[in-house]
Amino acid sequence: MSSATVDVTGAPPRTTSPDEIRRGERERRARDNRIGWAFVAPFVVVFVMFLIWPLVHGFYLSFTAESITGAGGELIGFDNYAEALRDPIMWRSLLNTLWFTVLSTIPLVIVSLILALLVHQGLPGQWLWRLSFFMPFLLASTVAAQFWIWMYNPQLGLVNYVLGAVGVEQIAWLQDPQWAMLAVVVMTLWWTVGFNFLLYLTALQNIPEQQYEASALDGAGRWRQLRSITIPQLGPTTVLIVILQILASLKVFDQIYIMTQGGPGGATRPVVQYVFESGFTGYRFGYASAIAYIFFALIVIISIGQMRLTTRRSA
Amino acid sequence: MTTAVQSTQPQPAPVGPRGPRRPRGRFADKAGLRTGERFVSPGRIGAIVALVVLAVVWLLPFLWAVATSFKTETAAAATPVTWLPPDGFTTEAYERVLNEGNIPLWTWNSLVTAVAITIITVVVTALAAYAFSRLDFTGRRWLFWGIIASIIIPPQVLIVPLFYEMLTLNLIDTYWAVILPQTVHPAMVFILKKFFDQVPVELEDAARIDGAGRLRVFWSILLPLSRPILAAVSMFVFIAAWNNFLWPFIATSDATLMTLPVGLQTVKSAYGLQYAQVMASAVLAALPLVVVFLFFQRQIIKGFATTGFGGQ
Repeated sequence: MSSATVDVTGAPPRTTSPDEIRRGERERRARDNRIGWAFVAPFVVVFVMFLIWPLVHGFYLSFTAESITGAGGELIGFDNYAEALRDPIMWRSLLNTLWFTVLSTIPLVIVSLILALLVHQGLPGQWLWRLSFFMPFLLASTVAAQFWIWMYNPQLGLVNYVLGAVGVEQIAWLQDPQWAMLAVVVMTLWWTVGFNFLLYLTALQNIPEQQYEASALDGAGRWRQLRSITIPQLGPTTVLIVILQILASLKVFDQIYIMTQGGPGGATRPVVQYVFESGFTGYRFGYASAIAYIFFALIVIISIGQMRLTTRRSA
Repeated sequence: MTTAVQSTQPQPAPVGPRGPRRPRGRFADKAGLRTGERFVSPGRIGAIVALVVLAVVWLLPFLWAVATSFKTETAAAATPVTWLPPDGFTTEAYERVLNEGNIPLWTWNSLVTAVAITIITVVVTALAAYAFSRLDFTGRRWLFWGIIASIIIPPQVLIVPLFYEMLTLNLIDTYWAVILPQTVHPAMVFILKKFFDQVPVELEDAARIDGAGRLRVFWSILLPLSRPILAAVSMFVFIAAWNNFLWPFIATSDATLMTLPVGLQTVKSAYGLQYAQVMASAVLAALPLVVVFLFFQRQIIKGFATTGFGGQ
C-alpha cells in the first residue's frame, strides 16, 4: 500500500489526519482479528480434535488394513471398499437401514400430526396430553428398549396379552424375522414421536386465529378448515419434519442393537451396527471405516437431494 | 371428524353493554371452540375419545413397567398376565437393585459427565457464536460455513477413529473419553449466533465507549440478555449427553465408569430372567429425567421447540 494515496472512502471529516485514521483502522482490524480468533479458539480446538481430525483420520483408515493391535496400518488402496461392495452383510444392513427409514418416517410424520391436531383442540389437562406423548422422547434408548422388550415378551408381555384377548395367536415379536422389523418400528414410533409432535404443536399455535374466524364466518366447518387452512399452513413444518426424520431414521442403531442385536439372523441389523461390529467385535478398523464412509456418502447424497427438492419448491 | 358441525349459521359476536362480548366462556375457550360452535358434536366426541385412547396407549408401557417393578419375581413371571399381583405389591426388586447393583454409581457418572459436557459445550459455543456475530476477523466466513456444513456429519461415522484417538491419548475408560467428543455441537453455534444477531449492538457500544473489553461486554451485557436461549441450549445438550448410548458404550468397559444408559444395558444379562429387577432398574434409570420434566415441563418443551430444528 502506498502511503501517498489519501483515504477518501466516504469517511466523515475529522480533525485527525488521514494517516492517523488509517493507522487506527489498521490497528482496530488487527485487534479485532486477534480477539475474534481468541473467542473462536476454544471451539475450534474441540471441533478440530473431535470432529475434523477423526473425520479425516477415518477416511485415511478406510484405505488401510488397520486393526486394534496397530498391525496392518499400511495403505491397501480401495480393497476395503471393494470388499464392502461385495459383502452381502453390508448390503443387507444398508437395505435394512433404508427399509427402517421408510417404515418409520411415514408413521412418525402422520401420527405426530394426528396427535398434535388432537391435543391442539384445547381440551383441559394439556399437561397430561403433552406428558403422555412427549415424555417417551426424553427416555434413554436403553430405558425405552427395556420397556419394550418386556412389552414384546411372548408369554408375559402386554402386547400379546392384548392381542390374545381378540384371538390373535402368540407372536415372538423380536425373535421372528417376519415381525422383528415391524416391532422395532412400533417401538421407535412410541419412543420418538414426541419430538415431531412438539414441532407440529408449536406450528399449530402459530397459525393466526383470524384465519379460522374469517373462514367460520364464510360458513366453513371444522373439517373444511382443517383441509384448507391447517394442513396448508403446516406445509413448511411438514417439509422440515420429513427431512429431519429421514436423517434421524437413517442413523438408527441403539434400539435395534439393544432389542434384537440386529437379529434374528441379521433381519434388523442396521448399517451403523455393522460399522460397530466390524470395528469393535471384529477389530477391523480399516474395514469398519470404509463402511462408515459408505454410510456417510449415503447421508450426504440424501441430504443434497433433500436440499435440492426443498429449494426448488420454495423458489 | 367428518361430521363436524355445519348447521350453525355464522353469527356476529353478541354485543353487550360493555362492547363486543367474547362469545364463549372460559371452558369453551379452553376447549378451542370456534364462534357459534356447539360444544357437543359427534365429531368432537370422536376426537376426544381418540385423544384419550391414544394417551392411554402411550402411557401403557410406562405403567406396565412400573407395575412389574413392584411385583415379586414369581408374580412378574406368572401366567396369565395380571396388573394386580395376587400376592400384593412389594419394593423387593428396588431394594435388591439398589443394594446389589451399580445404579447409584451410574447415575453419578451420568451426572458428572453430562454436567461437564454441558458446561464445556455452552462456554465454547457461546464464545464462538459471539465472535461470529460481532467480530470481523480473517477467515470468519469460511470458518462459519465450515462449522455449519459439519452439521451433516453423523456422529456414528466417527466412532472408530474417535476410539483410536482416545486409545492414542490413553483416555479410554476415563471420564474424559466420555466427555470430550460430546462437546462438539456445531448446530448450537448456529442457534446462538442467530440469537446474538438479534440483540442490538448499541447496548454493547455504550459499555465499550466506557472502556469495557470484549470479554467483559460479552459476559456482563450479552450473556444476561441471552438467558432463555442459553437455558434452551444447555438443556438440549444436557439431555442429549444424559441419554447418549453409543459413544459412552464404546468409551467405557469398566463397570464403575459406565453412565446410566450403558450400565442399564449390562443389567439385562446380569439379572437374566428376573423381570421385576430389570424393570425396577429401567424405572430408576428413567426417574431423574421424568421428575425434572414434571417440574420444568413448560421450559423443556419450549427449549426443544427453539433448539429443535437446528439441534437434530
